[in-house]
Amino acid sequence: MTVPNLVGAGLIVIGAGIGLGKIGGSAMEGIARQPEATGKIQTAMIIIAALLEGLAFGALFLGK
Amino acid sequence: MEQLLNDFSPGLFVMQTVLLLGLIFLLVKFAWKPILNSLEDREKGIQDALDAAESAKKEMQNITADSENLLKEARAERETMLKEARELKEQMLADAREEAQKEGDKIIEKAKATIDSEKKAAVADIKSQVANLSLEIAEKVLKEELSDKSKQLKLVEDMLGNVKLN
Amino acid sequence: MKFSHRSHLVFTTFFAVLFSATLWASDEEKHEGAVNKPEHVAAYIQHHIKDAHDFHLYSYTDTHGERKHVGFPLPVIVWSSKGLATFMSSKFHHDDDGKVIVEAGGTRFVKLHSKIYELEAGADTVAFDETHHATNAHKVLDFSITKSVFGILLVGLLMFFWFSRLARQYKSRKVPKGFGRVLEPLVLYVRDEIAKPNIGEKRYREFTGYLLTVFFFIWILNLLGLTPLGFNVTGQLAVTAALAIFTLIIYTFKGNKGYWGHMLWMPGVPVLIRPVLAIIEVAGAFLIKPFSLLVRLFANISAGHIVVMSLIAIMVTMKAEIGAVGATALSFILSFFITLIEVLVAFLQAYIFTMLSALFIGMAVEEHDHH
Repeated sequence: MTVPNLVGAGLIVIGAGIGLGKIGGSAMEGIARQPEATGKIQTAMIIIAALLEGLAFGALFLGK
Repeated sequence: MEQLLNDFSPGLFVMQTVLLLGLIFLLVKFAWKPILNSLEDREKGIQDALDAAESAKKEMQNITADSENLLKEARAERETMLKEARELKEQMLADAREEAQKEGDKIIEKAKATIDSEKKAAVADIKSQVANLSLEIAEKVLKEELSDKSKQLKLVEDMLGNVKLN
Repeated sequence: MKFSHRSHLVFTTFFAVLFSATLWASDEEKHEGAVNKPEHVAAYIQHHIKDAHDFHLYSYTDTHGERKHVGFPLPVIVWSSKGLATFMSSKFHHDDDGKVIVEAGGTRFVKLHSKIYELEAGADTVAFDETHHATNAHKVLDFSITKSVFGILLVGLLMFFWFSRLARQYKSRKVPKGFGRVLEPLVLYVRDEIAKPNIGEKRYREFTGYLLTVFFFIWILNLLGLTPLGFNVTGQLAVTAALAIFTLIIYTFKGNKGYWGHMLWMPGVPVLIRPVLAIIEVAGAFLIKPFSLLVRLFANISAGHIVVMSLIAIMVTMKAEIGAVGATALSFILSFFITLIEVLVAFLQAYIFTMLSALFIGMAVEEHDHH
């Protein structure tokens, strides 16, 4: 792995981290507001997190 | 990317595809279908049992309600019967009273009529007796008065004196 | 909970003991394959992540200073330029650098970084260029019963045995007993939490078989990857690609009119934008969706293996800094907790793969209300 690759990977991880943090935070807020909707929120959260994860992995492996 | 493509093994891909196809086929045929069918049957059975219990409960409630209704009806019937009987009794009493009244009235009427007729008969009898008596008295008086000539003349005189010629 | 913690502890200890046996085997450099220098660790992990042609359990150095490998060979089946060739992987004598040449089926093979190469005619040894690529050998189509294929077969047989037994139990009784009692709630979970809500009450039934197979296949293989047997099946790109392509094929061929209509000629948007949207949608359906499925599973499981092995390797890499005891203790503690997380990830990845498959299938078969 060359230095630009590593920097790119770092940038991807930062982006994905911010995204996942936002998703997780919003989900937590939603659950706190409506505890009865926990199941639905979790499912939606996991789906979006998984899609984001797929994007991040795709970028990581394209750069590898 | 290059390393990934280098690591990708087409042979393993083919093996995995074939094995997974076989596994899906076998499992669907010998495991998932029977398992899912049995699970659904069981769930259906549970649902049916619950429904049956529910309907039995409802029926039970219906029966209780029915018997209660029956009881209520019986009570009402008894009530009406009693009421009727009471009414009947009153009616009978009233009827009897009326009848008695009527009968009494009739008797009284008859008695009155009899009394009247008796009275009339008695009055008539008394009248005739009085008439006879008066006649006899008059006869006797007349006989007494007219036993001598002077007295006869006096009478005629008196009578004539009373009579005013007009 | 108590039991599972204890079993993880056993797990991790077993793991660590096995690897430490490998890692501490010898201090002498001449013994091939012994990992006792920080420089060896990366190569060892890289090697483990890849598929293998023999089932290697552990290695040790015997009293004569000879390196012994414990395991069993697996059959190699390759399609070369001369047709089909089969031999046992033991013929390579654990060589992975293209040094041992095996003659079979009228041609010659070497094994190089877990791949079988066919030597071109006239070549006696493998020649490398400056980027360490073989110049006089080429890859062959490799249908060997590799360690991964062995793992797939093992899990397939296990699943078939477990679930057909569960299916047979229902014939005589309403509630399963024994291990079936563990499996039944899992089957119900996949049906009620994954298939039904994502595909819909009407059509979930025809896809539940596929989803159940994939879920248990991935989950059991993920868990198998956490055992010291050293399987890394769901961390093989070929395996996850095959799984993702199965999902792709299902939602492509089961997609209804509404699905294709929304993909190719999106209703409710200006006509000029429709072709652009169609390009995005087609790319999404045929590239992004399967790619995200296959890469996610592959990357998560590979990353998990790399992390666990790196933490175990702390006992080698940090021996100089904090001493053998400190390094071992640190690697024990860290690998214990990361293994706990990996057990969760093993389930989560199986769940996510199945769930996204169900979601994609659900999107393809849902009834669109007409606008």
